[in-house]
Amino acid sequence: MAHTPTAPAHAAGPTPVAEAVGIGKRFGATVALRDARIAVAPGESHALVGRNGAGKSTLVSLLTGLRRPDAGVLRFSGEPAPPVGDIDAWRARVACVYQRSTIIPDLTVAENLFLNRQSSGSLQPIRWRQLRHRAEELLGEYGVDVDAAARARDLTVEQRQFVEIARALSFGARFIVLDEPTAKLDARGIGRLFDKLRDLQRQGVAFLYISHHLQEVYDLCTTVTVYRDATHILTAPVTEVGHRALVEAMTGDTAATTADATAVDPAAGHRAAGPDERPELLTVDGLTLPGVCHGLSLSVRSGEVVGLAGAAASGNVRVGEAVAGLHRAEEGRISVGGRAVRPGSVPSALAAGVGLVPEDRHLQGLVGNRSVAENATLTVTDQLGPFGTVLPSRTRVFARRMIRDLDIKTPGPATPVSALSGGNQQKVVVARALATDPRVLVAVRPTNGVDVKSKEFLLRRVREVADGGKAALIVSDELDDLRVCDRVVVMFHGRVVAEFAPGWRDEQVVAAMEGVGVTDHAAPGTDTDTDADTDADADAPGTDQDER
Amino acid sequence: MSATTDVTEPAAGVARTTAEDSRRGLDLGRFRELSLIPAILVLGLIGFIVSPAFLTSDNLIGVAQQSTELSLLVLATALILISGRMDLSLESTIGVAPVIAVWLVLPTSGARFTGLGLLPEWTAIPLCLLTGAVIGAVNGFLILKLRLNGFIVTLGMLTMLRGLQVALSEGQSIVELPSSFTYLGKASWWGAPAAIWICVVLFALGSAALAWLRHGRALYAIGGNAEAARTAGIRVDRIVWLVLIIGSVLAAFAGILYSGHYGSLSATQGSGWIFQVFAATVIGGVSLNGGKGSVFGALTGVLTLQLVVNVMTLAGVPPLWNQFLNGAIIIVALIISRFASGEKQE
Repeated sequence: MAHTPTAPAHAAGPTPVAEAVGIGKRFGATVALRDARIAVAPGESHALVGRNGAGKSTLVSLLTGLRRPDAGVLRFSGEPAPPVGDIDAWRARVACVYQRSTIIPDLTVAENLFLNRQSSGSLQPIRWRQLRHRAEELLGEYGVDVDAAARARDLTVEQRQFVEIARALSFGARFIVLDEPTAKLDARGIGRLFDKLRDLQRQGVAFLYISHHLQEVYDLCTTVTVYRDATHILTAPVTEVGHRALVEAMTGDTAATTADATAVDPAAGHRAAGPDERPELLTVDGLTLPGVCHGLSLSVRSGEVVGLAGAAASGNVRVGEAVAGLHRAEEGRISVGGRAVRPGSVPSALAAGVGLVPEDRHLQGLVGNRSVAENATLTVTDQLGPFGTVLPSRTRVFARRMIRDLDIKTPGPATPVSALSGGNQQKVVVARALATDPRVLVAVRPTNGVDVKSKEFLLRRVREVADGGKAALIVSDELDDLRVCDRVVVMFHGRVVAEFAPGWRDEQVVAAMEGVGVTDHAAPGTDTDTDADTDADADAPGTDQDER
Repeated sequence: MSATTDVTEPAAGVARTTAEDSRRGLDLGRFRELSLIPAILVLGLIGFIVSPAFLTSDNLIGVAQQSTELSLLVLATALILISGRMDLSLESTIGVAPVIAVWLVLPTSGARFTGLGLLPEWTAIPLCLLTGAVIGAVNGFLILKLRLNGFIVTLGMLTMLRGLQVALSEGQSIVELPSSFTYLGKASWWGAPAAIWICVVLFALGSAALAWLRHGRALYAIGGNAEAARTAGIRVDRIVWLVLIIGSVLAAFAGILYSGHYGSLSATQGSGWIFQVFAATVIGGVSLNGGKGSVFGALTGVLTLQLVVNVMTLAGVPPLWNQFLNGAIIIVALIISRFASGEKQE
């Protein structure tokens, strides 16, 4: 299918299921879109890529009828778009799975699926049993294995996403916009999501797929459109655009971008010193976290970047957080430079010299409405003035240094963090972790949801930390993150199952993360533990501090 | 679980287990609104042991009648909290709405309190309810159109309306009320005060609407995630506005029952109630963050608080200790329901 070359779409092929021509949109002084266009053919999977701020999200809000374009025409299957506000008409043409979940956690799956249409009329009482049957039918139709009577809060992220897709399509649209659907999924979840999407595609559903992960674009999509600086740059079949050409189109410069991974090559000389002779900076010995891992040992030497890889259920994130003092270990020791860290104590971990880049910058990283300066210096308030005071002048000076050091694009240190783009927000989080000048940097998915260039920058920065004689632990399941590492340790269900020296192949690491080839299958025991932990979390004080 | 674990949680490899877990969670959720029933039974038992007067129909009807006005405010607060808002001014509405209505209908001379005599006496009740609706509409305008903070707006409204009532009534109780106005609070139908029947009906209506009507369910959606509700096509602002108006009308109606019950309109009518109202609603399982709870649960909250006071009185505890015990009961009830439901209240 999908023959939508750079030429206007109506020249060849069927009428596009969704088409935007000459779209313009401004927000005050900012131009969000300028003469932008896109055309999605029936049954096509069309990728939309671009850096943060390229106008992707604005296009989504226009395509789904949430906002009105200032200029240009939107057409669905050749007909003009319905007026903004006619929600039902829009829903019959375009379905959308938004970046932020639109599932209401305290209602059941069935009610979420039929929200605001539980009964035929507003005075008609809802017939709950019938509603559940309808929900089960709908879920069955799209092959989603979820209990319709379950509360949505108890679903996994992946199941919630499937429910959202089923709901979006249940309005009859044959065109669906997916705005970064994989941001919160692990590799296996992404695999299953893709299987589902391919299934739907076979049924004739067309996709507009928005993602920061170029690999996903190659895996799933047939056509790719690139936006940059609020306008359309290129549309071409995926097979005709190389990885490099795509990155160039997104960033707009040809020299600096030698594909994100290779730019930061771990083999750049420093390992010649012989890493084995260097002192161990971080030692994890026999770490046992209830329901997560048992007797886990790990060490990171000075000058080394170690990747701690694993799928979502592997417990690698928990281990990384435990090193930073967020979880109390049942047994085992964590020591930094020979000094033991008191388990479950963030101040003790900070004092020992551990810096953490947390997984979710919105929940654990940033205080959104406070300034860049305040956020960047949150961990070092003790250094900003005598006797427990925090002097604004010193804060500013400190923040300016961090802004320069990390190349944070911000109007000034006083700008609220929420006004920055995703990539720059993440840089502020990294700045905060580096502010204490840590001896051990723990970075959990440090490049989650940031664009290609910021990603490259952040990974290089982590590399530099290690080159300065410190140690870095990257906790991630992203191959791009892991490529920077001197050593990759793979966890599966709470145990270390493999270790790779540089030069590993993608399949090897992915296979290890998926637990393929693991003979001693520890899964059943660990699984039940994890579930028990999920239910009875009320009495685990170590985990309480970060729950909400 | 932490945000992290949310993501890290055993992925669908264990889909079946999660499904079972969630079913169990649902059952717990169902029982949560009944979690105060045992407490009520225990209170009944204590009352029975403490005094033979407790388990008499006179006493129990008395408790029920004393609960009526409070319970109407609790019904209003439950609806408003479920949709994720707050209205503190309810406790002033209960006083000011009757005063305004009475002020408009009472004759200009001949009594200690002189009104304007603008309208016939039978309009007192409709006027009172209308005043309630206007107050709710104004609150809604300030919160939803001007986008002011609901807590502070209704706090200001609370003070302002109380002041208006004091100014209009010159700080005194009004005793010469129209007979139509006092009828509902005084009358007795089928052997029990009319107020009790009315409350039962209103609670049944509220429960049914929240359980079986689309617009009722919309309150949970709005309180749970307003953005998601909007994308689902729910007219969020309109419904919240309506809920605020209904809440204030209920408060005005509570004012009618109250003044009928005591035969006079005191200047401090309802003053300080809002703390009890919130306490009863929250121990009844309604979340302060919205999206959770039920009208029935809120009702059990009121009954618990009222029974405690009644049992204390019968047990001969000096009334001077009432306030202390009331506060203590609220905190104990919160602790119990926190552990009975296993969920955190934030």
